[in-house]
Amino acid sequence: MTGEERPAADDIIVCREVHKWFGDFHVLRGLSITVKRGDVVVVFGPSGSGKSTFIRVINRLEEHQRGDVIVDGIELTHDIRNVELVRREVGMVFQSFNIFPHLTVMQNITLAPMRVLRRPRSEAEKQAMELLERVGIPEQAAKYPAELSGGQQQRVAIARALAMQPKIMLFDEPTSALDPEMIKEVLDVMRELAGSGMTMIVVTHEMGFAREVADRMAMFDEGTIIEEGTTAQVFDNPQHERTKLFLSQIL
Amino acid sequence: MTTSPEILKPPVITTGPIGWIRTNLFSTRLNALLTVVVIALLYFLLRPSLTWLFFDAEWAAVTSNLKLFAVGQYPSDEMWRVGVVVLIVSLLAGLSWRVWSGVARTFARAGGVIFVAMAFVPLSLDSLDVEARLWILANPFVIGLGYLLARVINVPPGRLIIAWAAAFVLVLFLLRGSGWMPGLPEVRTTQLGGLMLTILLSVVGIVASFPLGVLLALGRRSSLPAVSMFCTLFIELIRGVPLITLLFMTQIILPLVLPQDTFLDFIVRDRVMRAFVAITVFSAAYMAENVRGGLQAVPLGQIDAAKALGLNGFNVTLYIVLPQALRAVIPAIVGQLITLLKDTSLVAIVALLDIVGIGRSIILGNVEWRGSQREVYLFLAAVFWIFTYSMSYASRRLEEALGVGRR
Repeated sequence: MTGEERPAADDIIVCREVHKWFGDFHVLRGLSITVKRGDVVVVFGPSGSGKSTFIRVINRLEEHQRGDVIVDGIELTHDIRNVELVRREVGMVFQSFNIFPHLTVMQNITLAPMRVLRRPRSEAEKQAMELLERVGIPEQAAKYPAELSGGQQQRVAIARALAMQPKIMLFDEPTSALDPEMIKEVLDVMRELAGSGMTMIVVTHEMGFAREVADRMAMFDEGTIIEEGTTAQVFDNPQHERTKLFLSQIL
Repeated sequence: MTTSPEILKPPVITTGPIGWIRTNLFSTRLNALLTVVVIALLYFLLRPSLTWLFFDAEWAAVTSNLKLFAVGQYPSDEMWRVGVVVLIVSLLAGLSWRVWSGVARTFARAGGVIFVAMAFVPLSLDSLDVEARLWILANPFVIGLGYLLARVINVPPGRLIIAWAAAFVLVLFLLRGSGWMPGLPEVRTTQLGGLMLTILLSVVGIVASFPLGVLLALGRRSSLPAVSMFCTLFIELIRGVPLITLLFMTQIILPLVLPQDTFLDFIVRDRVMRAFVAITVFSAAYMAENVRGGLQAVPLGQIDAAKALGLNGFNVTLYIVLPQALRAVIPAIVGQLITLLKDTSLVAIVALLDIVGIGRSIILGNVEWRGSQREVYLFLAAVFWIFTYSMSYASRRLEEALGVGRR
């Protein structure tokens, strides 16, 4: 651990002064945030402000180039073993679902538990059925993704991530690619998940969901967090002009 | 707009053969005129060919040399081994019919029909003797036996693949024999010929070049610069050289550059093995580029999702990237394998007598057959067409089974 102060026991994600460049473009510009165990953090801000890059840094789908990222006590470095350990503990749900089209719903969910955690097939399938019940589509287990609606695919994606029994779930604009009537079914699943005590970071502009579910909110602009606070603070008493303007535009 | 609550059946279009002709050939005056003109043209163009085919062609050059076309110079005393090899394939085909169904069923049935037809083909006993006909006739029964066997005992599909692989090795061993096996004297590879050599070269080429091509494609995209540079160099060098040149080079250069008297002797000393090397390497380079196209077609989000689940690089490639990549390029890969099958005829250049080489030597080697070039080459074309069409048929069925374009 290179940081000066050790993170407190219930700080599950600690980012300090994180920088990241895509070529010459400075995406993340000295970003710092701490997430406590069990917290739901909603990340919002204009497009291109680095929200997606930030949550992709947390499971190292993107590498940060300067600063520290510590997830559940494990520091993310070039050590591939640490990266794989962290990825087992962090589930991710993508805007474009990224369900594996050549596998059935059941195979999508059981693949990682069987190959990474070495669970026997019967056990993995039993757990997968429980998860499909939880997200409300147990009858789709034998189907291929192309036979499902967008909302159903996204719920499979959530079940797939949960099958690794992660401690943290990252959501990268999970409802942006969905039709309005399907947004609700996905948000319902996420609401239930938040209620179960899961630590979640959610990039979203669903402000109704944020107000109801989020513990904290972080406003991104130009590669850094310009305002962070409890949900009530950010909604009712935003400090930064940029935040006020942005909220007035999307609410 | 009014809504119609009841579900309607699609309108039925009634067309018999006459209706079809009317709508497709004589729908307007211009179309009718075009149809008549084209039919007249076809008649004048095809009449000489058809007259020749049905009245003038002399097939003796083919029928008198059936054994040469089938197995080349394979020793007559050892022909039973070829018979056993075909029976082994028939048995496995019968098992596959039951276990895999689908395309395997079509091939097993078609094979059975072809064997029966061959056994009873009305030819003089000189060109196909009773013993050969009995060997051939045994095959449909063995196919049926395999089918029934798989009904009685449960054969898992995976086990059957292993059986095919084991049979492949067994077949090669049986055909070659060895000095130390009583009853199985060694047959020199240069005595392998005809359709048998064509099939062996193709099957070995396909079996060896497919995995090699996949590895080269993955290597070319590797993040390790040494690996990717080596693979790129290999692919580009091989693709830049015609197969004929490669065949000559392996014949002449391999014995010079490879060490003598080592385990590599089976390549160094053996002309057929050197041809195998050339064909495999050549096909693998093209295969690699086809596969690379498929790898590029896999969306990056798929890899992100797989990594995010904690799968390591090897598992991401094996379970997520390759299945999607290969599925996307099945038509290209099969096209490549069909080319490989046809290209095996180039081994005639290095004095190996595959089925085309046999045909050439029959025409050139005997005054009696000099005038039969057309018949011989037509026969060769028909044989190649049967095999290549089977491959593209299998590929179409495979695409359907894997649902390319649907999911």
